[in-house]
Amino acid sequence: MESFEYLAPRTLAEAFAALGNGKRSLMLAGGTDVIVQLRENRRSCDQLIDLKHIPELMAVDIRADGGLDIGAAVPLAELYGNRDIARRWPGLVDAASIIGGRAIQSRASFGGNLCNASPAADSSPSLMAHGAVLTIASAGGTRTVPVDEFFAGPGRSVLQPGEVLLRVSIPPQPARSAVFYHRFIPRNEMDIAVASAGVRLVLDESGDRIASARVALGAVAATPIMVPAAAEAVVGQAPVADTFAKAGEAASAAAQPITDMRGSAAQRKHLVSVLTVRAFEHALQRIREGR
Amino acid sequence: MTTSERSTNYRVIGTRPVRPDGVEKVTGKAQYGADVRLPGLLHGRILRSPHAHARIVAIDTSEAEKVPGVFAVVTHRDFPAARDVVQELGESSVNAMELSDNILASKKALYRGHAVAAVAATSPHIAEEALSKIRVEYQVLPTVLDVRDAMREDAPLLNETRFTKELGGARSEKPSNIASHIRFQGGNADDAIAGADVVIEREYRTKMVHQGYIEPHNATASWNADGTVTIWTSTQGAFSVRGQVAEILRHPISSIRVIPMEIGGGFGGKLPIYLDPVAALLSKKSGRPVKVLMSRTDVFEGSGPTSGTWIKIKLGVKDGKIAGVKAELAYEAGAYPGSPVGAGSMTMLAPYAIDNFQVDGYDVCLNKPKVAAYRAPGSPAAAFALEQALDEAARAIGADPLQFRLDNSAREGVRMVTGAPLAKVGHEECVQAILDSPHYKSPIEGPYRGRGVASGYWFNGGMQSSVTAAVNPDGTVNLIEGSTDIGGSRASLSMQLAETLGIRYEDVHATVVDTDSVGHNDVTGGSRTTFASGLAVYEAGMDIRRQMRERAAREWNVPADQVEYEDGRITWSDGAGNSRETSFAEQARTAPQKGGPIVGKASLSARGVGGAYGTHLVDVEVDPDTGKVTILRYTAAQDVGTAIHPSYVEGQIQGAVAQGVGWALNEEYYFDDNGRMLNASFLDYRMPTTLDLPMIDTILVEVPNPGHPYGVRGVGEVPIVPPLAAVANAIADATGKRFTELPISPRRLVEELHGLA
Repeated sequence: MESFEYLAPRTLAEAFAALGNGKRSLMLAGGTDVIVQLRENRRSCDQLIDLKHIPELMAVDIRADGGLDIGAAVPLAELYGNRDIARRWPGLVDAASIIGGRAIQSRASFGGNLCNASPAADSSPSLMAHGAVLTIASAGGTRTVPVDEFFAGPGRSVLQPGEVLLRVSIPPQPARSAVFYHRFIPRNEMDIAVASAGVRLVLDESGDRIASARVALGAVAATPIMVPAAAEAVVGQAPVADTFAKAGEAASAAAQPITDMRGSAAQRKHLVSVLTVRAFEHALQRIREGR
Repeated sequence: MTTSERSTNYRVIGTRPVRPDGVEKVTGKAQYGADVRLPGLLHGRILRSPHAHARIVAIDTSEAEKVPGVFAVVTHRDFPAARDVVQELGESSVNAMELSDNILASKKALYRGHAVAAVAATSPHIAEEALSKIRVEYQVLPTVLDVRDAMREDAPLLNETRFTKELGGARSEKPSNIASHIRFQGGNADDAIAGADVVIEREYRTKMVHQGYIEPHNATASWNADGTVTIWTSTQGAFSVRGQVAEILRHPISSIRVIPMEIGGGFGGKLPIYLDPVAALLSKKSGRPVKVLMSRTDVFEGSGPTSGTWIKIKLGVKDGKIAGVKAELAYEAGAYPGSPVGAGSMTMLAPYAIDNFQVDGYDVCLNKPKVAAYRAPGSPAAAFALEQALDEAARAIGADPLQFRLDNSAREGVRMVTGAPLAKVGHEECVQAILDSPHYKSPIEGPYRGRGVASGYWFNGGMQSSVTAAVNPDGTVNLIEGSTDIGGSRASLSMQLAETLGIRYEDVHATVVDTDSVGHNDVTGGSRTTFASGLAVYEAGMDIRRQMRERAAREWNVPADQVEYEDGRITWSDGAGNSRETSFAEQARTAPQKGGPIVGKASLSARGVGGAYGTHLVDVEVDPDTGKVTILRYTAAQDVGTAIHPSYVEGQIQGAVAQGVGWALNEEYYFDDNGRMLNASFLDYRMPTTLDLPMIDTILVEVPNPGHPYGVRGVGEVPIVPPLAAVANAIADATGKRFTELPISPRRLVEELHGLA
């Protein structure tokens, strides 16, 4: 690791000023990835800008309209430790509670996890299933991007130089809906997804048919991916095993995984089908249990 | 649970006191190698080869030397010419030329991560910057990464001047990566197999795995103005470090002082040295003390894992007995010769009485790190192969797998493949303990659930130990010893001294001291310390008893041989009503007035080593959709001789099972085609966590070792031998499919169960 300067701006304006000072910058929204990457000489910078002292990035707001705004640097433990959030957005807790162990979760953030842009990141499929929207700020103003359109490749996002991811917004979720996210790992904890799936299941008023669905997959392409075909396969159908199996097949067909030390392409294509089916089953259970 | 054949009732042995190093460790105060801080300390860093096989054409360090803050740069040119001599390291041995070449490469980089240069600077950042300015010109060569490929005649040669040491001292005609070929033979295996009712013939493969100790290697050295060198390091043997450094640097052994720091795990991997001579040379060049630390990636790429293996077995059974076995074992040595194929060949058949056998072993060099010892080195892979073949054979004849093992078990007097007869051993007792266990009597039901058993053997070690026990006036004893405490040996040695002297465990204060402060001690390895240093402790205790009896005899004016010592009481009686009595505490208190300090000493080369057996039972459940294996229940029975501290014995067994389960299910060095390890971190090198294992039940089977006054056998290594095969047998039972290649990872399982491969 080469030496670098550490900055801890107290306001967004200070952060933008630092970003514009001509030095090579990296941002820290927890540091659980970036510090490791610096130490292993996989990244380098002149200055590391700690975003955890900027109030906007550390705020959590349960909105009156039923939505949820999460500051980009809010630690994961603060999310699942919030009883209202844990009760109303269990699909977020699915992701927040499995990224690293407790020590990591007390530092790591959704914003950092998204900006690290790993195809295997746990937050991405969950947030994509929720239809989350990202607010990105720069000295020139703010813009919003659906999380599905945020990723550009492994380690790359649409974030431009001088921009800071401000917050993650979860829009109000439909009635009779639930999100479920899970991953496959060879161990039971402290591991990274071999493949993962996040789904949102929405039932119609009768509760007998699927009104809509969202299916997002992790670790099976260069970025996390939405699988519209998997959603289309279940809309209008009864929420039963045969229906979910069709979604699983569509997920498997959409996956374009690689073989690496974490798993083989064939294994991953198989796994996303299993994970998609099981995620739908768990989401249905959540709806039925009124969660 | 404990089953015991011992007759003696002990006062201290068998109790479970708190370890003396416990408080310091849990409060974070214990001093490890990375904690060493000295005035003027420089930070050393190592440049490692990015190529798995390359000729080193030139190294230019001139730019690195110009970086402000850099005090010294060293390469292999700074080492004196090494001698072609072999040093024993306990469970392994090393040729000094190869050791020197492994520590800093001379002509060739033989694996990715092979050290080629080192820098000392005022900060780690500056040292790393300087490393990036060292220019190494490599001529990249073809790599060979598979043990079978490396044995081929057309394989790329790591060393063009190495020939195979063939049977009977012959030498191969052509240079080869096969460093040696050994054979153990008895009876006529071919005829026995030809006449068998059932023949099982299989090939097995295991992958290179790492011990996974938590603490990375470290060394701090200070080359003093008078030519003496002080080294602070994490090692399994301070005297072994001293000897290796003396040999590499051609420096007098008496001028080197090694201070062993607390150790964060070793499992055999901290027997060889990697950093110590480099730190010493950097200190010599810079005139300042230098600390060198490995990162986790350095540890994976640049230390000594254990061999990947290929093993072929042909086994015949007739009338329920193992009629004959033919086996070939090829073990990866890594960059230089020295795989544990010899131990694998010798231990493979050790649990059984087999008259007809032929076991061939091959030690094979390839472009991977040079292997080091890892807990019962060589034996787990051998058991993975044999115990699966036995499982198939038992199924084929409809026998209970445990009863089949019992019917074929080795026992006292049975000859091992080396021809040596076994002393009193406890394999049958272990199998019987599992047969009698609540676990084995419980049903295993449900789809994709299965049960497996396996046995294993380890020799255990003896070797040299020295201790000093100084009696204090307050009735306590300072136990000065030189065995790295890697598994609770300060406690287990203190307990043996307390037992010998008839005093309380709390009254013995054990300290592991440096190489200038105690007689020679061999490494903590080979499960030898509680046995061999325990023997020295016993003799030092007997020395104190003798001195106290003699003092009492002088004072009472009676013959010393009539004075008894028992439970800390020193007594004389003439049988006619006259008697005298004193005590250990009294003698301690009055020593200054009655002849001066009482110090017990012992130095020995331990004989009477007792080998150890274990038999394990495991239940698993396989998720057929994801290939994930859950360990439902695990019971390990082991002949432990006498459990000095049962909790630490249980801990050794549980820890070894955890490592064995990891080896079976997920752990592997995962290389790309160029020999780069892609998973050189604890994230992707998947050792089991506490959430991946159930409570591991232990059955301590006490068959005392007749070669030790308290019946001690080594306990730390044999429990890693059975788990690989036991888990594989359970998975075969659960899935109906036989997995002969490790790891039996979710990937391998799901590909096999769904026909994806």
